[in-house]
Amino acid sequence: MVRNVVHHALMIAATALLGGLLTATMVRFAPGFSADERQLDSRLSPESMQVLRDARAAERNVLPFYAGFLFRAAHGDLGTSRTLNRPVRELLAERWPATLHCAGIGLLLGWVLALTLAVSAAMLRRGAYDVFATVLAGVVLCIPSAVLALLSLFANGPAALVVALIVFPRLYRYCRNLLGQSYTRPHLITAYAKGLSGPRIFCAHVLPLAGPQLLALAGVSVSLAFGAAIPVEAICGIPGIGQLAWQAALGRDLPLLLTLTILVTLVTLLANLTSDVVAQALAPGQGQE
Amino acid sequence: MKIARRIAWVLIAVTVLMCLGAGFLAPAHYATQFREIPNAAPSRAHWLGTDALGRDLFSRTLYGTRVSLFMAPAAALLSTLLAALIGGAAGYLGGFWERVAMAVTDLILSLPWLFLLITVRALLPLDVAPMTSIAVTFILLGCLGWAASARVLCAGARSLRQAEFVLQARVSGMHGFRLFAVHVLPNLKPVLYAQFWISVPVFILSEANLGVLGLGVAEPMPSWGGLLRELESMWSPMAEAWKLAPLLLLVLVVGSLQLLISQEEVA
Repeated sequence: MVRNVVHHALMIAATALLGGLLTATMVRFAPGFSADERQLDSRLSPESMQVLRDARAAERNVLPFYAGFLFRAAHGDLGTSRTLNRPVRELLAERWPATLHCAGIGLLLGWVLALTLAVSAAMLRRGAYDVFATVLAGVVLCIPSAVLALLSLFANGPAALVVALIVFPRLYRYCRNLLGQSYTRPHLITAYAKGLSGPRIFCAHVLPLAGPQLLALAGVSVSLAFGAAIPVEAICGIPGIGQLAWQAALGRDLPLLLTLTILVTLVTLLANLTSDVVAQALAPGQGQE
Repeated sequence: MKIARRIAWVLIAVTVLMCLGAGFLAPAHYATQFREIPNAAPSRAHWLGTDALGRDLFSRTLYGTRVSLFMAPAAALLSTLLAALIGGAAGYLGGFWERVAMAVTDLILSLPWLFLLITVRALLPLDVAPMTSIAVTFILLGCLGWAASARVLCAGARSLRQAEFVLQARVSGMHGFRLFAVHVLPNLKPVLYAQFWISVPVFILSEANLGVLGLGVAEPMPSWGGLLRELESMWSPMAEAWKLAPLLLLVLVVGSLQLLISQEEVA
């Protein structure tokens, strides 16, 4: 178990580092990388221009730049954002709570909505209700995330609700299929035939069956919620990590993009690892099926 | 369910036919401006009114639907081909190559799709000609959307590696790319087909998201993303409900595709 976790942790670290290197390479070779709009400012002295050119030259060679970035990051220095002209560490500390609030509450709401509909559809086993829930999830799934964010602006709706609406149909589909499959198992049909109540069957028989897979889905849903937070924060004007990622991408802000890519990769992979470990601990052997 | 699927087929067919006939059906070219009537309400001359620049919204919806509806399958084809090459070859070769391919796949899958898309799209030039922007947007979708399919195809190819007919072909002296192309790839066709159809609605929605965020197809060329971006300038969805027509069409088409795909998956 411990060996497995260590192996996974090493893989996560390697994936995050590789992600950072790929981002640095992509930004470096992106058209217009060597141009800095500050060089157009006629008020700057030749010395200031030279400093700007030197700063760019230092970022031109990807490998030394990335090695230097990692070395400084290990000492707590994540560099300075070029577009916002502030330390990246400060920006992350400032914006993290907004994303945590928006994506966290949204994720929770999404799960509550998806599980309520999926569990009731599986338990009630009424065609009309099932069709209603499936159509509802299907329609929401067909609306682009950015449009949902725009519509929430018109309705003065909370951003967390938009994240919930983006996450909910994806979770619902999986939960509904999983619970639907669980309810067709022979021992559950026997339990029904013996007269056990719906809630008892759900708690005693369905949950232990579907639980580990639902936990695995919980890990994936963290990535979904963060992905949803980007358009929501960008459109609703919420100063969070999603908006920061959006600004960094538009401004080709290499230090900020690098940090964000590594951070996002780490968060999503850690969430997946945690849910996998918990699922395996709860139902050892099911993961190898 | 059968009726719903029939309706979905009819809806997609009608939409495709209308897009193909946009040149005849549209009352004006998508870029023609009626400067005296910007933001006009629907009328006999302009069925869906005009946008903020006085362009006929019905014409723009027809042309925009054509761009999104025809380019998304092209991007899906590209991503499926890449998935077949990367995932299929990795599963077929196994060992070191499989581990490398799956590490790259894991890396791409570990990043949220929109984060990856926005980051890479923003790195590419934004001030390009409209036709170039269409190519850039959809090639990007195709080049980034292969990872999930590659994982499925890798598993499929891995299971075929030890299949009896593959072993027999190997014993008969068939090796390398020929064995892969003649025996492995044709047997992955059902998976490839499913992955292609799953990718189409995903890419339509991704283009729409990019368009709303201003990273999609460049003006004046319309696309669903570009048309939906104009919702930003709307005063109120109730007072200008006709401006939601492109959104309604997008939801209907993507919903129909999802419905037909679920049928394919079940089959």
